[in-house]
Amino acid sequence: MNQKAHILFTLNGEAAEVAFAPHKTLLEVVREDLGLTGTKHGCELGECGTCTVLVDGRSILSCLMLGVDVEGREVMSIEGMAENGKLHPLQDTFADLGAAQCGYCSPGFLLAAKELIEKSPKPSRDEIKEALSGNLCRCTGYIKIYEAVELAAARMRGEEMELPRESLYGLE
Amino acid sequence: MSKNGNDGKPLNVVGKTFRKVDARAKCTGQTKFADDIFLPRMLYCKILRTHEPHALIKNIDLSKALALPGVFAILTGKDLPISYGILPVSQDEHALCIDKVRFIGDPVAAVAAIDEDVAFDAMNLIEVEYERLQTITSIEEGLLIEEPRIHDYGDGGNVHKKVSLEFGDVDEGFAEADLIREDILFYEGNTHLPMEQHAAVAYFDPDQKLTLWSATQTPHYVHRALAKVLEIPASHIRVIATPNGGGFGGKSDPFNHEIVVSKLAMITGRPVKCTLTREEVFYCHRGRHPVLMHVKTGVKKDGAITAMHFKSFLDGGAYGSYGVASTFYTGALQTVTYEVPRYKFDGLRVFTNKPPCGPKRGHGTPQPRYALEVHLDKIAEELNLDPAAMRRSHLVQPNSVTANYLRIGSMGLGTCIDKVVEGSDWKDRFSWPATGPRVIVSEPRAVVTGSTTAIESLDPIATAPGSDTRKLPLGKGIGFACSSYICGAGLPIYWNNMPQSGVQLRLDRQGGVCVMCGSVDIGQGSDSILAYIVAEILGIDPFDIRVITADTDLTPVDLGSYSSRVTLMTGNAAIQAAERARELLTIAVAEKLNVPIENVSFAERRAFDVENPEVGVTFAEAVVLAESKFGTIGTVGSYTPPRSPGKYKGAGVGPSPAYSYSAAVAEVDVDPSTGIVIVERIWIAHDVGKSINPALVIGQVEGSVYMGLGEILMEEMSYRANRNVVHKIPSMLEYKSPTTMEMCDVKTYLIEDPDPNGPFGAKEVGQGPLRPVPPAVANAVYNAVGVRIDEVPITPEKVLKALREKDRGRDARFGPTSIPNVDWPEPLRVLTPAEGGDGREMPRVAVHS
Repeated sequence: MNQKAHILFTLNGEAAEVAFAPHKTLLEVVREDLGLTGTKHGCELGECGTCTVLVDGRSILSCLMLGVDVEGREVMSIEGMAENGKLHPLQDTFADLGAAQCGYCSPGFLLAAKELIEKSPKPSRDEIKEALSGNLCRCTGYIKIYEAVELAAARMRGEEMELPRESLYGLE
Repeated sequence: MSKNGNDGKPLNVVGKTFRKVDARAKCTGQTKFADDIFLPRMLYCKILRTHEPHALIKNIDLSKALALPGVFAILTGKDLPISYGILPVSQDEHALCIDKVRFIGDPVAAVAAIDEDVAFDAMNLIEVEYERLQTITSIEEGLLIEEPRIHDYGDGGNVHKKVSLEFGDVDEGFAEADLIREDILFYEGNTHLPMEQHAAVAYFDPDQKLTLWSATQTPHYVHRALAKVLEIPASHIRVIATPNGGGFGGKSDPFNHEIVVSKLAMITGRPVKCTLTREEVFYCHRGRHPVLMHVKTGVKKDGAITAMHFKSFLDGGAYGSYGVASTFYTGALQTVTYEVPRYKFDGLRVFTNKPPCGPKRGHGTPQPRYALEVHLDKIAEELNLDPAAMRRSHLVQPNSVTANYLRIGSMGLGTCIDKVVEGSDWKDRFSWPATGPRVIVSEPRAVVTGSTTAIESLDPIATAPGSDTRKLPLGKGIGFACSSYICGAGLPIYWNNMPQSGVQLRLDRQGGVCVMCGSVDIGQGSDSILAYIVAEILGIDPFDIRVITADTDLTPVDLGSYSSRVTLMTGNAAIQAAERARELLTIAVAEKLNVPIENVSFAERRAFDVENPEVGVTFAEAVVLAESKFGTIGTVGSYTPPRSPGKYKGAGVGPSPAYSYSAAVAEVDVDPSTGIVIVERIWIAHDVGKSINPALVIGQVEGSVYMGLGEILMEEMSYRANRNVVHKIPSMLEYKSPTTMEMCDVKTYLIEDPDPNGPFGAKEVGQGPLRPVPPAVANAVYNAVGVRIDEVPITPEKVLKALREKDRGRDARFGPTSIPNVDWPEPLRVLTPAEGGDGREMPRVAVHS
């Protein structure tokens, strides 16, 4: 009855092997058994989006998925977003614009935004709102997050885009 | 030494946008929050919280729980018999209830076990017998039901606190008025909902020293509470506040879980962690008080206020928390925006069997500001004045003292108003809706005095009363409101002569600079502010600096991240510490370069001769020179606010070194068939004195607008009636807060009217910009569909009910119609500065003679 589940999967591009109590959620396995605490939790009921990770490229709520369900699949958590110490363009623009205030919801937003930009390289403001509507943030009012996503998307398309003066210094 | 950092030289860091010093950690998931701490052999704690709203504890049986394998210890109230609380006057909490529970969620027992599952199972095996007591569920019941008392202290029955203050003779002021208006409004309670649930980890080391890591905004007060309750010397306790995953005031009290894990760590000799569930966070609460308000104001025909009488009734919930301060705050800041020559305030707070209320962003002031700004809107309509222009004409003067002895420094509200009026195209879009009478007031309890004929003969300024000249289509509306907020409280919670903020600076011979301060970064960027300010003064890069904060063993005391105090107070302390360090470096460098001291300047990681900038040394060399001359280089700085001119009893709440100002215009779309209000856009101008980092200031403005939007449209703590008083919606799905789909567009103007008390002139921004948002939206709803929603939040149901009333020719409003009858105490009377007062109350005898 107390036998542990034992699975193999890919976590942030690396092979991961882990044994855990089979009722554990992916969130718990990643944080507690694999020690990657970048994935946060706000409700553990699928309501806040804070625990978002990518499974096979799709954003999912890790608090609602069992750890055993990622057997053989590819999982990306926030720890896998920067490569060799180089921030992902979204991480750069979130940092530049102050889109991460307390930073608690940021991992979830960053991964949800990554999925969006990969599907839609030039997302409209409405598309961004829709894509991020499952993630709650209590600090920013979301506006800096939209701007950071737009700026990162432009950079990823290879386009020059100045940081909007208004979003850094306010209106004249 | 400079005046607050300004020595006339161009600024290289302050006023410019930079990343936060911890931005990379936050964007890579590497910031360590309290629940991210995992220690070897760590135990997990679960707290049994009562399901009874008000009951005596008759018996607790732990036997089954203790028998469960994996359980290491269980605590009950008798293990922690000493009471505590944030305010010295309200030490009314116990880490675990001893003989009585006061709300659903009150803690009764705490388990430490090998893992969370075992702790949870053990918790459910604890058997508690209760004897139910009558519950008190509302302000009205709190006033009516004297027995049973929820607490055995306070101002009688279930009244926690009752205050009455009068500044000048308000009756005389009302007699001078052309119009007197009275309104009754209600602001429902709501909660902080930080994304991070509270968590704490304790470790009692083999040398008998306790360390607590906790998601707290106030490590200093947690430190005090732990020493008191655990009865161990404060010097044996180290409190480390982890970066807060949002606070908003909700992590400002010392909490039972912090005390419980500490005690369990002492008993078991192992680290113990407790992370609250989201449901528990709702029960911890300490959020916005529900407040019923009555406001009566006398005005001249031009809108000049002659007198104001404000009454507030706070539903405090089950414990004191910050409630005494909250009560005073509902009456303190009415006077700091527009001239109020005579002012009276009656306020009371009742205990009820609900989760305790406390400070949420704006602490006790968004409720009265909503009431005041909606009330002034109604007055402007009666006087047929443009509501923005009316307010603009009667602003308090900079460098003045208000009737209740608050000293105003810089005051940029006029500029704020001008910016949002212009940006929103206000003058071309605003008109009074052609509904209702102008002079014969239909509001309940409203009275009109003075010369009505004089009022009717006023020139039409907005639109002629009664005529239908809407400038916007029906359903579209714009509304206006202003506000102001403190930049830290003038007096600390524990009155003493020590600084409110301390900064310690260490420079090492490699050129490293470490700044240490007790402040807590709760997401607002306070760690970064310290780095920017020190970097500015020492001429180095902010990212060269190591910032260590919120650790009671390592950092000098800062009282915490509340009252919008951190930038102003830690900023001034950092300036002092950095200037003292710079002075030492200057002496050593001047000697080396053989130039006069006043010639030495610091910039771009160099110290140089201003007359020959190429002649100089690197910053690291400057430190070596100073260390060679003076020995190890370490300096300190501290900040104590100026003394307030108010000396009367109650004068401790409201004074601040400076006041920020905000003005907002909201544009709404109201669907009359559904009552749904969509806020399209908010223009907001905020007088921040001086932006240390404008991008972070804008982030605080936008976040404040967001939180104000949630409060006015949807957020509410709601409880089941029928005596159970259980929270209806303790989850993030059902407690509605704005998502990306509800958040409005925000147009932000930063106004910089530097205050002599602020670091580089800076004032607060974390809380103030929330306050004009709820009333601006409420006024816009009226402008859109002609109904007054005098109760927050403005839900579709309330709009529909008011529209129905309007269609039936009744009062076109939704809101409370009466206030409880209360025997207010004889007010403490204070002569205003204009009357020659000295800030002290008048002797009672003289009042009656």
